[in-house]
Amino acid sequence: MAKFTKKPKDLIADIDYSKTPSTDWMDTPVEFKEHTFCWGAKGKNLEIVGFPNARDWSPAEEDWKLPHDWENTVMDAIKDRLSKYRSFKLFMDICVRCGACADKCHFYIGSGDPKNMPVLRAELFRSIYRRYFTAPGRIFGRLAGARELTLQVLKEWWYYFYQCTECRRCSVFCPYGIDTAEITMMVREFTNLLGLNTDWISGPVANCYIKGNHLGLEPHTIKSSIEFFLDDIETITGIRIEPSFNRKGAEILFVTPSGDLFADPGTYTCMGYLMLFHELGLDYTWSTYASEGGNFGFFTSNEMAKRLNYKIYAEAKRLGVKFIIGGECGHMWRVIHQYMDTWNGPADFLEVPKSPITGTVFENAKTTKMIHITEFTADLIRNNKLKLDPSRNDNLIVTYHDSCNTSRGMGLLEEPRYIIKNVCNHFYEMPEDTIREKTFCCGSGTGLNAGENMELRMRGGLPRAMAVKYVKEKYGVNMLANVCAIDRATLSTLMDYYNPGVRVTGVHELVANALVMKGEKPRETNLRQEPLPGKEGA
Amino acid sequence: MPTIEFQGKQLEVDEDGYLVNLDDWAPELATQLASNDGLTLTDAHWEVINFLRDYYQKYQIAPMIKILVKEIGKVMGPEKGNTKYLYELFPDGPAKQACRYAGLPKPTGCV
Repeated sequence: MAKFTKKPKDLIADIDYSKTPSTDWMDTPVEFKEHTFCWGAKGKNLEIVGFPNARDWSPAEEDWKLPHDWENTVMDAIKDRLSKYRSFKLFMDICVRCGACADKCHFYIGSGDPKNMPVLRAELFRSIYRRYFTAPGRIFGRLAGARELTLQVLKEWWYYFYQCTECRRCSVFCPYGIDTAEITMMVREFTNLLGLNTDWISGPVANCYIKGNHLGLEPHTIKSSIEFFLDDIETITGIRIEPSFNRKGAEILFVTPSGDLFADPGTYTCMGYLMLFHELGLDYTWSTYASEGGNFGFFTSNEMAKRLNYKIYAEAKRLGVKFIIGGECGHMWRVIHQYMDTWNGPADFLEVPKSPITGTVFENAKTTKMIHITEFTADLIRNNKLKLDPSRNDNLIVTYHDSCNTSRGMGLLEEPRYIIKNVCNHFYEMPEDTIREKTFCCGSGTGLNAGENMELRMRGGLPRAMAVKYVKEKYGVNMLANVCAIDRATLSTLMDYYNPGVRVTGVHELVANALVMKGEKPRETNLRQEPLPGKEGA
Repeated sequence: MPTIEFQGKQLEVDEDGYLVNLDDWAPELATQLASNDGLTLTDAHWEVINFLRDYYQKYQIAPMIKILVKEIGKVMGPEKGNTKYLYELFPDGPAKQACRYAGLPKPTGCV
């Protein structure tokens, strides 16, 4: 495949909202465009977790190597899920096609493709539901918005349901509260039953299952990575930190996305965690087994997500900790906040999280026993437990991107902002319709962040990039903060594409820059080992 | 599965041209892949490729760029221990291009 070389202005010039296909949507076949879909799964990765129809396959090829009775598999699964999940049946029945969601999707805004309107994306599946599971659809067929399940329909599902990041922005605007993400999740489950996974999702799932994290980092690799950060921290602060791994009897288990251990700029966020916990003298441990906060299983099936989620709690039990702190991750928190409790909870063998520093009890986490690190840190700052020098971040003009999952999935809106305002002197919000509950996705969530999918990612990220461009031009913003590992990786690419000069950071990198530590040497550089403001000539 | 021809054999590669079987690798393959890209491998390139292979043997993953930078700085001198120097050697990116020549799987970065 040729490299993706389209320039931003050409990509934007392609978008024409007034242009609709001349044929009815049911008669407009799906076209797989280069750079707008991910590679197919490798058989070996599907085999590892026991997924069906394990074989190598390519979405670009005509033959998808489907099982001969694939239609029956899908029909049985639809029937099963409709009876199991009442929400799914409800979402199938109650949409009145008012269109309130139509222009709220970042993929529609960035592509102009009508099948990226959430209502029409859902209709791709709903038409099948009507045909086989409702009386009007069975009797009146197309007149009632129903159609037959064919190979073309399956391919259309695959293309468009892997062009939805389950961000749920459309749901905010739906007068009925239809959760389109749940529809995407269901259809992805059906494709999963036919082995139609993507390489970028199934590889990390297999890794997480056999090695404990998406990147496939083995215990000694995790340790060596953290040792590397500790060397850098010592260079910067003069302090040698000695964290523990897999330590039984620690009070707290800390779990973060493995991206923080191995990919810039997440690695600086990870250094931030290490420095904060050291300064507090926190009784905590890392685990090389539960070494993944994220859960790519969530993008394959509920059952797989449940299996991967369980590892965190099994490890908490084995180590005998009291509660869990989770790092800066996005979808990890949708899983913990909205699914964990019914899958693997309640985690009664743990205690309701209580900050050992401030005594604050986190009642909001009383069943999951797991708190977000920004909840923990915001509470520390509110209780004056940290000595902070925000002027160390004075070269940064910061804005904050709400991760879809932490904002819409758990209502974590104030804590990250409160922290940033306490550790940075220059903070500006992006326009109101692009933040908080109405935040725009990075364009690469739910496992769509593969290199071969670059055009789709840059299209999906367009609204977010334009909001950053606005504050860049108005206030000179040069740093985009967030609390999600996928954001940290993908927003960097997005900024380089649309807004060169704007960099990306986790919140705890900013915290650690400002954190005045006991016994530290005068700081000359930030965590990236660039001179602090005023120390440029040193 | 796509293949590439090397010394009269067909070697399996992934969609992006990375070797599927690590054992298929030979130094001459790196030279061949580089010459397809119009590059001639120098000692400096080999320093990177060999480090990537050693690191992979030990850790089963390609190193973070900053580990690579530090190592190259150690071996080749501090003036070369930076990302810019590595990009001069491997214009498509030290992670992507050098890993491909070294016969490692495609680096995944963050997932």
